[in-house]
Amino acid sequence: MKVVVCVKQVPDTKGGVKFNPDGTLDRGAMLTIMNPDDKAGLEAALRLKDQYGAEVTVVTMGLPKAEEVLREAMAMGADKGILVTDRVLGGADTWATSQTIAGAIRNLEYDLIITGRQAIDGDTAQVGPQISEHLGIPVISYAQKIEIEDDHVIVERQYDDRYHVLKAKMPCLITALAELNEPRYMTPGGIFDAYNAEITVWGRDKLVDVEDSNLGLKGSPTQIAKASDKVRKGAGEKVTLDPAASVDYIVDKLKVKHVI
Amino acid sequence: MNIQDYKGVFVFAQQVDNVLSGIALELVGKGKDLAKDLNTEVTAVLVGSDIKGLADELAEYGADKVIVVDDPELKEYRTEPYAHALASVINEFKPEIFLVGATAIGRDLGPRVSARIHTGLTADCTQLDIGDFPINPVPGKEQLHNQLLMTRPAFGGNTIATIACPDFRPQMATVRPGVMQKAPREAGKKANVVEFNPGFTPNDKYVEILKVVKAVSDVADIMDAKILVSGGRGVGSPENFKILEELAEVIGGTVSCSRAVVDAGWKPKDLQVGQTGKTVRPNVYFAIGISGAIQHVAGMEEADIIIAINKDETAPIFDVADYGIVGDLNKIVPALTERLKAELAAK
Repeated sequence: MKVVVCVKQVPDTKGGVKFNPDGTLDRGAMLTIMNPDDKAGLEAALRLKDQYGAEVTVVTMGLPKAEEVLREAMAMGADKGILVTDRVLGGADTWATSQTIAGAIRNLEYDLIITGRQAIDGDTAQVGPQISEHLGIPVISYAQKIEIEDDHVIVERQYDDRYHVLKAKMPCLITALAELNEPRYMTPGGIFDAYNAEITVWGRDKLVDVEDSNLGLKGSPTQIAKASDKVRKGAGEKVTLDPAASVDYIVDKLKVKHVI
Repeated sequence: MNIQDYKGVFVFAQQVDNVLSGIALELVGKGKDLAKDLNTEVTAVLVGSDIKGLADELAEYGADKVIVVDDPELKEYRTEPYAHALASVINEFKPEIFLVGATAIGRDLGPRVSARIHTGLTADCTQLDIGDFPINPVPGKEQLHNQLLMTRPAFGGNTIATIACPDFRPQMATVRPGVMQKAPREAGKKANVVEFNPGFTPNDKYVEILKVVKAVSDVADIMDAKILVSGGRGVGSPENFKILEELAEVIGGTVSCSRAVVDAGWKPKDLQVGQTGKTVRPNVYFAIGISGAIQHVAGMEEADIIIAINKDETAPIFDVADYGIVGDLNKIVPALTERLKAELAAK
């Protein structure tokens, strides 16, 4: 069984977001991590490796620095890392990104492709389903449990007030929720091996069945009209009172605002 | 693609168990505003099995036209037949704008459809306007008019981006539930109802539904609540949510919570407010023991009145609270409940 996992290196928004003076994101000043939903997807793949001896290949698209997440994935137990990087791929929206990754995956054999549901920088949740569409395979988004049964996957697919248990024939693409599992840590031996492991680097010429007109900024249907810091309404009053006075204060405000 | 051929504002009228989702009516309401700016009509696309009866409700909330795709294959949501339904509607009717709810369904369906028909899709929009692109004239570049300008938060709510899709049609967006307003209902209003079935032939992309497991929950939807009593990790334990439930009961509110509480397993996911939970805009939002991470704030900052109680005076929740009380929630909340009981009994 062969599993391809797509991961993204993202700024760690939990550590706070840093801006350049012109208001753009200062990515250099921010720590980067493997996107949390992707890490859950990787863990799911590694469990298939533990259980069925699946071969796990990790693919990422990004700047050369993104090879860091591939080494992390290999230190956790992935077999192979592929970095898709090329200047012509820069500025891609989700359409162009999914075209690129699908073009890379066409070089590989796979039974299952696992992506995270969404990345914490863009929060779009689009790239996984779009890759599946380009490859012409079924997609199951928002997976909270994955099992294998012969040449089918059985997946619990989360919705707001329910879940569906779905059965799909492989090959299939699954998008993973962070709730899926608790990702394992890298092992010391794994870190050592991953540091020395060879990372496969692919450029534009390795992408199969993708037109230039579908790549990078020029191949992106969506364009940014404006970007800015969020303007918040700002703080109101803040008081420090004893409990009884705090209650008086809240009740007074609720009365003034005609809530009670 | 001849962009001039694409006309009208279409919205996906999401239904689950043959009941229209709130987002369907919100999108009809917003679609109506956009259609007015473009001097065109708003069309609701209703997809399911035995759902034709819902067309009148969409009409009463403002839909000029309803396209009904009714087929037994569409009984429960599945990506492939629903994507086929929407892609076929788009190819047949050529809308200039197509809106989908940013729900667990729409965030799966939208990308699959946009990839199939080759257009852009802007995710989780919180504001939609008709305007010019580029917004300000740029020398040497034609300024296009009547474009859909789609605004959305990114980077966990830290930045706001406005996106356009100038060269492809339809301009597609998913829209966060709870943000747009539905129009007032006009009883008896009718729409032009058109039935359309592109044919559904199962193949390997049609996944099989083995089981539908509904969460056993008698809790009101937090998105409809006028008053939310919301708790965070600071509440301390699942048992201690009792003091929030008592306050909610006295004041006629509903209990909600932050992500930390869901992650800890104290409360179910459908009570979660925030970026990865629900967007709420109640009249009053009590943030109790919630530190106010930006992802949480993104889901509740539109509340009319925010009252925060937290023992940490540096908690970021105080940056968005109208009224912030630095203190011990274990003392303040029960005392507030008793006091409100007395106040309301005296009325």
